[in-house]
Amino acid sequence: MENGSAVRRNMRTRRAKGRIFSVLFLACTMVGTLVLVVLLVDVLRDGARWFDWQFITSFPSRDPEKAGLLSALFGTVWVMALTALFAFPLGVGTAVYLEEYAPDTRLRRLIQTNINNLAGVPSIVYGLLGLSLFVQFLGLGRSVLAGALTLTLMSLPVIIIAAQEAIRSVPETHRLGAFALGAARWQVVRKIVLPSALPGILTGTILAMSRAIGEAAVLIAISALVYLTFIPTGPQDRFTVLPIQIYNWVSRPQDEFQHLAAAGIILLLIVLLGMNAAAIIVRNRYQKSSEE
Amino acid sequence: MKLVGRGTRVESAPTKVAHPGPSTTAKESLTSRRRRRNRLWEVGVSRLLLICALVSIFTTLGIVIMLVWQTVGFFREVSFLEFFTGTKWTPMFEPANFGVLPLVAGTFLTAAIAILVALPIGLGAAIYLSEYAKDRVRRTLKPTLEVLAGVPTVVYGYFALTFVTPVLQEIFPNMIVFNALSAGLVMGIMIIPMVSSLSEDAMYAVPRSLRDAAYALGSTRFEVAIRVVMPAAVSGIVAACILALSRAVGETMIVAIAAGSTPRLTLNPVESIQTMTAYIVQISLGETPHGTVEYYTIFAVGLLLFFMTLVMNLIGQWFVKRYRHRY
Repeated sequence: MENGSAVRRNMRTRRAKGRIFSVLFLACTMVGTLVLVVLLVDVLRDGARWFDWQFITSFPSRDPEKAGLLSALFGTVWVMALTALFAFPLGVGTAVYLEEYAPDTRLRRLIQTNINNLAGVPSIVYGLLGLSLFVQFLGLGRSVLAGALTLTLMSLPVIIIAAQEAIRSVPETHRLGAFALGAARWQVVRKIVLPSALPGILTGTILAMSRAIGEAAVLIAISALVYLTFIPTGPQDRFTVLPIQIYNWVSRPQDEFQHLAAAGIILLLIVLLGMNAAAIIVRNRYQKSSEE
Repeated sequence: MKLVGRGTRVESAPTKVAHPGPSTTAKESLTSRRRRRNRLWEVGVSRLLLICALVSIFTTLGIVIMLVWQTVGFFREVSFLEFFTGTKWTPMFEPANFGVLPLVAGTFLTAAIAILVALPIGLGAAIYLSEYAKDRVRRTLKPTLEVLAGVPTVVYGYFALTFVTPVLQEIFPNMIVFNALSAGLVMGIMIIPMVSSLSEDAMYAVPRSLRDAAYALGSTRFEVAIRVVMPAAVSGIVAACILALSRAVGETMIVAIAAGSTPRLTLNPVESIQTMTAYIVQISLGETPHGTVEYYTIFAVGLLLFFMTLVMNLIGQWFVKRYRHRY
């Protein structure tokens, strides 16, 4: 009798412990979301009043009432357009090579390990690479082109890994069927593998680009903290990007500039949200069309 | 469908040519010419793709060569011993000191705070997602958690400086505006998804039979999670920690904005410090002319940072491979 009630008591405490911890674990899962909500409210409260058309269409200024981020917005568009132009073919090419062409050789393993390691290199190190290789050594100067090339190298590993996953998800039977009909390897890749891997590749690329926009702050190593009152008109021009402009405002002590930074953050988040929405739309649309 | 069309075109082309009735040799040479062209095309494409793949190798080589090359310039002026053992980092003042230890200490102080935040929270989330959540809940909660890793770091920096620091100042009244604690805390939030998704993968991979055996012995769900699943997934969890630490060490904008720019050899989290990455940003801001010692310092610091994160990544990947092999 005594023993039985002890067991029951023991069981009760064990169950209670389990319940307490299950709530705690759920709380851990929600902490991130909670912080995100607080962050958004904080940013909106500080910046919403400053976020208007004048803010988007003006150049940076010493007077916070007149300041805007037109040059940073166009700089971002320029750099990202060139980055996408370079990084997409290179990334997809590498992924196709690794998944479809390279047999299981030493070279393949070397490249794969290397890509995994590059994905973990701190972004500021890419900034330093860009500064010494593109700006100084190749003499491109502190230009849009040097910035885009740097971001290309930085976002390549992410694009490659995403494209590899998309290519790997194409069923092997489709390839074998095509080979059995006498198609050559490139024909199989172009007509079978790439069309059905495309949604995955595009989604991965758009997400990598949106990551790159956010991490473009490391381009500070290339562009430095310039005070630009013109829009870059070509790849040779100097530039600044949204995160650098935001950093510039954050690091000033006056409250008005802090609010401008918050307004800049709102724009940056809208751009990122738009890109993520685009990624989802692309995926859904292609999925539907491939089912038809 | 499309492929069949293409295939037949390749096959039927010679017969079309053959119909007007020229000699058989002409027909053969046309086919073989076409074949040769196809083969050339195939070889050309595979070469081109190989070149794409080699870009990544050249990137790594580029990083190492460029950083080493510039660092050599640095060590021409500053001794190895001073760099690695000096306890003062004042490259822009007279007398200039080039001891990197204060920067390393600042880096690891903020990274340690971040891990202290991210490890318990990330592990708790991983346990919840892998052991408690139903499949549908898991599929909605996981992407929500990943959003944290997608927020630009400059936004986190702003949040640390304008929201977290004032809150902390209520608790520690003598706290300075720029401090390691608030940067570290926010960085910890940022790396939660890294800890949770890697550990969750490892926990998810633990075979069901182990869990069932523990349940059969009368364990509660909590006991199964803590005493069976976690120990079985330990290499994955270690990997998650190391990779998250490496990410925290390399993180730039949060610490550049919120942690300050005072290189200081301290473990006091409420003081202003400077990390290696923040130093690189600080010097980069000013368009330091090529060839000066200040210009070279950022490469020496960058090279050290590169090697530190590389070693951590390699160890982390080794642990990942270990748990993948096990189950």
